[in-house]
Formats: sequence, C-alpha cells, structure tokens
Amino acid sequence: MRRRRRRPRLWRVAILVLAAIFFLGPLASAIRFSLEQSNGRDGLGNYTQLLHDAALSSSLATSLEIAALTTAIMLSLMLPTVVWVRLRLPRLALVVESISVLPIVIPPIVMAAGLATLQSHASAGLSDLVFSSPLTALTPVYVILAMPFAYRSLDVGVRAIDLRTLVDAARSLGAGWPTVLARVILPNVRTAVLTAASLTVALVLAEVVIAETLLYTTYPVSLVNAGQAQLGVAVALSVLSLAITWMLLLAISFIGNRGASRARIGRLL
Amino acid sequence: MTAVAVHLDGLVRRFGDLTALDGLDLHVAPGEMVALLGPSGCGKTTALRLLAGFDYPDAGRVRVAGADITDLPASRRDMGMVFQAYSLFPNMDARTNVEFGLRMRKTPAAARRARAEEVLELVGLGAHAAHYPHQLSGGQQQRVALARALAIEPSVLLLDEPLSALDARVRAQLRGEIRRVQQRLGITTLFVTHDQAEALSIADRVGVMHEGKLEQLGTPEEVYERPATPFVAEFVGTMNRVSARLTGDGHLEVLGASLRASGPHAPHAAGELVDVLVRPEALEALADPHGNATIAERTFLGSFTRMRVKLDDGCELLVDAASRRGLPEPGVRVSVRATGEDALLAGDGAARTGS
Repeated sequence: MRRRRRRPRLWRVAILVLAAIFFLGPLASAIRFSLEQSNGRDGLGNYTQLLHDAALSSSLATSLEIAALTTAIMLSLMLPTVVWVRLRLPRLALVVESISVLPIVIPPIVMAAGLATLQSHASAGLSDLVFSSPLTALTPVYVILAMPFAYRSLDVGVRAIDLRTLVDAARSLGAGWPTVLARVILPNVRTAVLTAASLTVALVLAEVVIAETLLYTTYPVSLVNAGQAQLGVAVALSVLSLAITWMLLLAISFIGNRGASRARIGRLL
Repeated sequence: MTAVAVHLDGLVRRFGDLTALDGLDLHVAPGEMVALLGPSGCGKTTALRLLAGFDYPDAGRVRVAGADITDLPASRRDMGMVFQAYSLFPNMDARTNVEFGLRMRKTPAAARRARAEEVLELVGLGAHAAHYPHQLSGGQQQRVALARALAIEPSVLLLDEPLSALDARVRAQLRGEIRRVQQRLGITTLFVTHDQAEALSIADRVGVMHEGKLEQLGTPEEVYERPATPFVAEFVGTMNRVSARLTGDGHLEVLGASLRASGPHAPHAAGELVDVLVRPEALEALADPHGNATIAERTFLGSFTRMRVKLDDGCELLVDAASRRGLPEPGVRVSVRATGEDALLAGDGAARTGS
C-alpha cells in the first residue's frame, strides 16, 4: 500500500517542480534583469524611473477607469440576458452561446480596422461624443470583447442555482424584475460574477491591438512603448504590471470571500 | 383577514401540441382547502401556476374574490406560495427570507421584524430566525418557506407538492402542521400533490385530475368511497378489477356475493358479463381446501396484511385483512368473497388490476 502510494506522489512533486521552473523561471529571470541598472550595478533604478513617469501613471488610471466601466456595463447587460435566456428561451441557449463566442472568432485587427475607419470618417458630433476620450471609445469595444468570457462564467453560475424556483418565489412575494435580479439572483451567483469581472479586468489591462490602432494610450500600450525605448525599464514595467494585475484579482476574490465568510460565520453561530 | 373565494373558469393551456389544461373549472370556497390530485402530466401544476400568475391561460379566466386577475402579473397577485423544491433565498437567513415579502410591500422595519417573529413562531421555528437555509433541515426549510408565504397575509395560499422532497416521518408531521395553520388562519388554499394519502388526509375537498380535466371533486370520503369514474377509482387507493354478471335488478354477481352496481355506465342487459372495481378491503380470503383460489404472496403492512391471491381462472386479486394470527399462508387454498355493498362498473379504459 505504501509503496504504491509513493510513486504517484513522486510524480506529483516532479510535475510541480517542472511547472514551477516553467512559470517561475522566466519570472525570476525578469525580476533579476529588471534590477540591473544602466550603470552596470544592481538596484531599483528601473523601478524608480517608472514611478517618475507621469505618462505611465496616467495611462494606468485611464485603463483602470475603462476596466471599471466595462465591468459595470458588461454585468448589467449580461446577467439579465443570461437569466432571460435560461428562463424564457432555453431552446435558444445554444444559439446565444455561439453568438457570444463571435468576438473570439473575429480577429481583433479586423475590429480595429473597422473602428479606425469609423473613427476617421466620424462626424464632429460623434467624434466629440465617442472618440474624444479612450473611456468612451474603448469601453463599448471591450464590453463586446469580454462577452465570451463573461457570458460563459455567468451562465455556469446561473445554471448552478434553482433559478426558476427562486425567481417564482421572489415574484410571488411581490418583487419586480429589477429587485429579483439585484437581491435574489446577483447575491447567489456572486462567484460567477466575480469570475466574469476578473476576466474582464484582465482583458482590459492586456488589450493592445485595438487601443494602439485607434491611437489611445492605455496602460498596455504605454507598456509596449516603454519597452521599445528602454529594455530594463520595460521588463521592470512588466513585472510591476503582473504584480498589479495579481493584486487586482486578489482584491476581487477577497471581496467575494468576505461575503461568503459572512454566511460562514452565520453558520457557526 | 377575510377569506376569499377562488374561481377558475374554463382554463385552457396548451404547450405546443400538448394540452395541459383542457377547460378546467374549479371553485374553491372562502377558507377552504382543496387538493388537486393526479398523476404527473395531468395539469395540476399548470393550474396552480396559472392561479399564481407564473403562466397565462390560452382561454378561461381566473377570479379571486370576484375580481378578474387573469392578466395580473405574479408580483401583484397577493398569493403566498410554497414550492416543491427548496425555494428559500440562500443568501438570506430565515428571518430575512420571511421579511422579504413585507420589504417588497414597504412595511416599516419594526413591523416587519415583529411579523417575521410571529410567523416563525407559528411554524415552530422562532429559535432558528438567524439560521441560513443551508443550516436548516429540509423540513425546517419548508416551514420557513410556509412562514414566508404567510407573512404577507396573502389572500390565497398555494402549495405545490411542498412535502414531496421530505422523508416520510417529517412529511406526515409537516402535513398536520400545514393543516393546523391553514385552519387557524382560515386561508383559502389550493394544494397540489400526486400523493393520494396526502390529499385525502389534509384537504376539505379533493379534485382528481386526469388529462387536463377535473374527473371528480368531492370530500375525501366521497372520492374514496364513491369514485365518479373508473380513473378516480383506480388512482385513489387500490382497486381490483374482477368480472361480474349483471342480474336483473341493477345488482351484480361478484365472487359469490350480490352487490349493488354503481358508477356511470351504459345500460347492460341482465346476464351480461361486465368488469367491476372492488377495493382490497372489500374482499376476504378464507382458508378453504375446496376454494377457488390460492394465496400467492402475503405482505405484512403493520395494521393490515395484503394478500395477492391467484384465482383458478388465472386472474389475480389483492385482498386486505386486519393483521392477526391465522391468516392463510402463501400456497394455501382459499375462497375469495366480496364483503362490500356495492361495486363500481369499470369502463373500457385503462384499468389496471391491483394498481
């Protein structure tokens, strides 16, 4: 019994070590490299240079704004859609799911080219309204790009609850549809909502092609630009952005866990 | 709270080619509890959903207290409902669940809280107000669901197989409690179930449904003792189908006894052979070496014992007897006799022996 259990365990360790080398190796190298300064000595020079880069911090602020707005719009569009499809159009579920994948199927450059044409031919009014700021120009595009991930994770969450019974119960107690969504469905698919939000944030913080083509300096775009100018700074930047993204995702899951642990505390009492 | 009457008038509901309700007429008197009983697919749940407002009829009207509410959405119907599946909101504790309907009605917080405590006390869960659904047993969850439905002082209470997910002991107990609460509040109630014992034991009147229509509506005793149709006879309780000979004066020769013929039937000529339905408790099987049958199987069911008896002509019957010593063993020859007073003429339908 013991011998039989030992071998798979050894394999597990081996795979873990291999995976760690694969993922942590480049990361460690990047950190090591980012600490090499242009004067040849080791130090935080590349990082301090970043902190003084005003363009970079402003682009980060822009991207975070876009991420927040995209997430809010995505949720307020997608959650009702998923619920409606599950309740009223279950036969169309597959069709809607296929449609939601389209943004993945269409290459970003095609979308970018189309938008660029629209941008250059836009009337003055449309330009002022939409294309004057990256927030109004990119948010709608990112909502569409986030659709495949958001739809799927929300659908999984909604499928896991007894949607019809909960909705019927709330309706018979006098709740209108907005209340049903906000107070009954949303709290019970919180994990799925957080997953969808995480994926959306990660997408906004990584999308380069469309932002670059439409000439907006978002955070990932300035990351690429910085990399072309100074290699050490660029690597420092990617390490930093990795840390920021992780922190964001951690914060989102922390918010989610707080809600869950409140229920868990209730269980103990 | 004054009790109101519920009228379902000629309700028709079709799903594609399937007719779930085929002109259902049902009148529930104020404060009365009516159980809709029937096999799955008979339309009983559809009827309940139409009354609740979760679905709309293709034809017919729904009236409560005289007012036509057919086109009113569920959220404005003022009905309390308990569902088959556990329906408590998982993110709220018992009290918040119960308060939900009052919150929707903008009841002030203090009144809401007081009312929630009151109804939780009514269903015996006053001490569990701060528990979340996952901390409650199935029976407790359904009680909270009942409390939640009652908190809004609904004009009508709807129960959609609320006990079917529970185990037998809890089911019997909760059944009694639902009835007690319903009678105490005097609330008009429609109860949907496929369990005949449940329907017979809890309701003032039982409506047996079949293929989207009401086959019979009557007190539990009427439905059991004087089934209007062969379907009702065989769905409610257990029935034997035996062949009998008509004698001239509306009587039947059944297993050596003369019984009064009942039920709807075309006039038959005297001497004609017909099928009749007889309950197992209206038969007796006595050990008799010269008898016409053999005991095939004997099942002890507590207060009574059920025997499967094989007649010499190949026909099988179920016979119930009060459990006592000396009942014939399997393999023993017996003579089977009808002991009742009347027998229901079976239609040429889907009657099944001993089902």
